[in-house]
Amino acid sequence: MYDTSDIRKGLKIMIDGAPYTIVEFQFVKPGKGAAFTRTKMKNLLTGAVLERNLRSGDKLEPADVETKTMQYLYADADSFIFMDTSTYDQVGIQKDTVGESADYMPENINVEVLFFNGRAVAVSLPNFIEQAIVSTDPGFRGDTATGATKPAKISTGASINVPLFINVGDVIKIDTRTGQYLERLSRA
Amino acid sequence: MVAARETLETRARILRAVRGWFERQDFVEVDTPARVRSPGQEVHLDAFPAGADRWLITSPEYHMKRLVAAGLPRIVQVAKCWRANESGPHHRGEFTMVEWYRANEPLETLADDCEALLRVAAIAARRDALAAPFARTTVRELWARHAGIDLRGDEDAADLRAKAAAAGVALGSAEAWDDIFYQVFLDRIEPQLAAAGPTFVFDWPAPLAALARPKPDDPRFVERFELYAGGLELANAFGELTDPVEQRRRFEEEARIRAARGRDAYPVDEALLAALPRMPPTAGIALGFDRLVMLVLGVRDIAEVVSFGDEV
Repeated sequence: MYDTSDIRKGLKIMIDGAPYTIVEFQFVKPGKGAAFTRTKMKNLLTGAVLERNLRSGDKLEPADVETKTMQYLYADADSFIFMDTSTYDQVGIQKDTVGESADYMPENINVEVLFFNGRAVAVSLPNFIEQAIVSTDPGFRGDTATGATKPAKISTGASINVPLFINVGDVIKIDTRTGQYLERLSRA
Repeated sequence: MVAARETLETRARILRAVRGWFERQDFVEVDTPARVRSPGQEVHLDAFPAGADRWLITSPEYHMKRLVAAGLPRIVQVAKCWRANESGPHHRGEFTMVEWYRANEPLETLADDCEALLRVAAIAARRDALAAPFARTTVRELWARHAGIDLRGDEDAADLRAKAAAAGVALGSAEAWDDIFYQVFLDRIEPQLAAAGPTFVFDWPAPLAALARPKPDDPRFVERFELYAGGLELANAFGELTDPVEQRRRFEEEARIRAARGRDAYPVDEALLAALPRMPPTAGIALGFDRLVMLVLGVRDIAEVVSFGDEV
């Protein structure tokens, strides 16, 4: 068990049955009361942020979590299959667990997989990926309105809004957190 | 790290202005022992040992109350105090307290003093003073407004815990009355105070009496206020308890709790208990001087307003 003196950024603890990581903390000692650690933490499963005031002496249960770098190989009917890049072990993760991240998870990409109590529970992508455009309508000459965009598909099947000058085969940079087009890296 | 020269110069001007204000109010500046046999008996304070049977003061209050009992009706002290196991943006193990007492004057006068001192400090620092009068409220009112809890002051710990849990406050392992109180305070009240203008919070529940006397018209609450400003807990004031029987009961209760929790045991201050019967009705207050400088300068970390903040 941990106690409040163990609190530091990145410490992983259990709160109400879910694993959390400490994001921020501060020593406080109100009035003539006990010492507390005002703590902001993030739920590792949902990303939700929680604030708790942990009293000096409170015991904290360590969360059994581990992060592994894994390569995304392919999808079957209801799972995505990943391979541990150091042991070559393969593991399937339910499509529901990966959720919308799959839109920006092309085959062979390296991702961070979070294991909680030995089970893969979450996948985090690199913040940016580079992808070639597989289909989009041609841009129309003369249509130069600033900020005008059109949809374009990448290999995952996801549709990205891109500027009109982007063509099939162009490689673009995408922010996986927002799904936004950032820049063109090379032309077809 | 040495604090910025400009900050130290401003700090010195504020201190000079504060001393000048007390002098104009006919206060006598005193100097009581820093190394004592009986440091504060408070349950949540730990003193630093200072040789055989001696400790560094966590507050100069016991000796100052003896001076009031000895016939000094208006005294002030700018005192270094030391508290073990306290370190954070608002806490240092060694810090400076301004503590003053007014015999035969009500608690409210000390609130007026705080408003005047904050103004004097701002002027000395060439900053805009906070608009006075500051808001004045009560603990009970804050609990009703921000936590939706009817705090009666005479409920037992189990009752208080049930009320807090019903209000949705995460209580951890808190079982003691004061621990439950402060879980609610930190969760619901303090963030509201931090966002509000300067506020005096009066009428603390009896289990948090410390050295305060019960309110004559409602003994479930005591004559105590705290001043909050700019997210800082700036000052704590009491209508001082002068009943030696009740004071001994509180000291012995606190000593018992300290022992049960494995904290250092301090002897009961018999000299203070012997002096209390000669003490007139008195209001006393402690104001954190480092925090006053933080407030005036709008600084968020106490280390920036003391000369060697990272070494203490």
